[in-house]
Amino acid sequence: MSYSKPTFKEKYGNFINGEFVAPIDGEYFENHSPVDNSLIAKYPRSKKEDIDKAVEAANAAKESWGNTSATHRAALLNKVADIIEAHLEEFALVETCDNGKAIRETLNADVPLSVDHWRYFAAAIRMEEGSASELDEHTVSLIIKEPLGVVGQIIPWNFPLLMLSWKLPPALAAGNCVVLKPAEQTPSSATLLMEKIAKVFPPGVINVVHGFGPEAGKPLASHSEIDKVAFTGETTTGQLIMQYASKNLNPVTMELGGKSPNIFFNSVMDHDDDYLDKAIEGAVLFAFNQGEVCTCPSRILVQEDIYDAFMERVVARTKAIVQGNPYDTTTMVGAQASNDQHKKILSYFEIGKEEGAKILTGGKSCELEGDLANGFYIEPTIFEGHNKMRVFQEEIFGPVVCVTKFNDEAEALEIANDTLYGLGAGVWTRDAHQLYQIPRAIKAGRVWVNCYHAYPAHAPFGGYKKSGFGRENHVMMMNYYRQTKNMLISYDKNKLGFF
Amino acid sequence: MSYRRIEITPEASKILSKVKEKHSALIFHQSGGCCDGSSPMLLDKEDLYLDESDVYLGDLDEVPFYMNQDQYEYWKHTYLIIDIAEGRGASFSLEIPLGYRFLVKSRLLNAAELAHFGLD
Repeated sequence: MSYSKPTFKEKYGNFINGEFVAPIDGEYFENHSPVDNSLIAKYPRSKKEDIDKAVEAANAAKESWGNTSATHRAALLNKVADIIEAHLEEFALVETCDNGKAIRETLNADVPLSVDHWRYFAAAIRMEEGSASELDEHTVSLIIKEPLGVVGQIIPWNFPLLMLSWKLPPALAAGNCVVLKPAEQTPSSATLLMEKIAKVFPPGVINVVHGFGPEAGKPLASHSEIDKVAFTGETTTGQLIMQYASKNLNPVTMELGGKSPNIFFNSVMDHDDDYLDKAIEGAVLFAFNQGEVCTCPSRILVQEDIYDAFMERVVARTKAIVQGNPYDTTTMVGAQASNDQHKKILSYFEIGKEEGAKILTGGKSCELEGDLANGFYIEPTIFEGHNKMRVFQEEIFGPVVCVTKFNDEAEALEIANDTLYGLGAGVWTRDAHQLYQIPRAIKAGRVWVNCYHAYPAHAPFGGYKKSGFGRENHVMMMNYYRQTKNMLISYDKNKLGFF
Repeated sequence: MSYRRIEITPEASKILSKVKEKHSALIFHQSGGCCDGSSPMLLDKEDLYLDESDVYLGDLDEVPFYMNQDQYEYWKHTYLIIDIAEGRGASFSLEIPLGYRFLVKSRLLNAAELAHFGLD
């Protein structure tokens, strides 16, 4: 079936202190859909003054919110999950319109996963406990977790609602108030969520401020009245945010992308069975979400002796991808998120060819008809080459994968780890020893073993090397939003005897 | 003969001069990683802390262009052409409010250029 573009208001406000407000200087920017480049709506082009207001509201709310019971916070997080779930189709449509991704992904991945992240942290905050240790017969150490206070969060445009749902629930569950800036390409689903949950939380607990990075993102990241910044994006802005945080001596977490290897050992082709079918799909997952995933498995490494046979099937499966109208449920690959992304991907096709990489399929812009002709589409593309080529080293953020071969385990690891980044990796093998040893030797925070692109709330996610630090998801995430209070209590009536 | 390893297109140069109207001292820094990564960032000079781990590649309209040493190791055999596209990226780069985003096009350095830069 096919959906059509959802309707929007002419313009939207920032959500500050529990209500929608216009930007202080009255400036807005136009947000367009990458599906067909049509206007969606106007969103606030916020500046420092708007950020100040949001930070002030969050600070005013932090004490009472931080003192609410875990029971209460969990109930509210569950309420948000229920609301998103009850409007799943509406959120999916808005997300597809704003980001360009295929509706089958937003219906089956983005929105249901978002729901689950809210529920996971609602549960996590209930089951979790502090600790008490008897250090000696008179001395007890209590460890109590306390919220940091106000958290600034800057999220990306590739999974707008899901990245919001990765960042907000753990911060709120841990008792923090939040000022969140959505990416300027994709402000819509965060706004829709605030409309739906406007009355769920006390005013000031969640604040959403729209705007451009240099005008709104920077004042948020450098604000002296926040206690932490969490950022997902690229390395130079990551460095800047760390500098600002250093002025305030604030903690930060950084998720800065990767160039993830997806390694296929020869045993995958020992049998032509369901597992091999799964492995081939695992290689083609580079095209998932148009390749706009920090963990996109954008380097395929295949063992030499199965290379030709395996790649023949991967190329055939890639050619079978249905690309087209993102609102059509049969479409597998939709539009890239913006014109500048589209142009950047095309520029990589040029340098890839110049460096001698061979195109096995794709390699050009995908020209669709009608209104879609104005959208930003790229054909799923496979480059064959070697790991020193720039297309093997840089995050293209498109449906583009680079494939090369290796001889043995040592060479597979050498290639896999020859990258500045270390976010994700995939290992595919039927060999029980490789199943454990290869993932342990890969310098990356998440290694998928005989699977890829699964993001359960209960598994920690984050990078090694230039992919950043800190983790997201999993109960451990709440500790990135908390202080550790230690109460060291003496039950001894006797003095030390020093004075 | 003088050798360069970066240049800016006339269209990108126009946008750069617009940003210059409001910012006196600027730098470019090549970013990497996710989302808006793999694109050059235009920043106020005093904003980003630079040190010997940042390689200077040359000036574009008097604006110096830097890249981190680690990244340079993978890029050093290429000539960079800084271009511009309509769009707005998602970073702290200063041209974004104008509705444009810088991007990099590249070609391989030729034999003479490689020799000149000591890369042969």
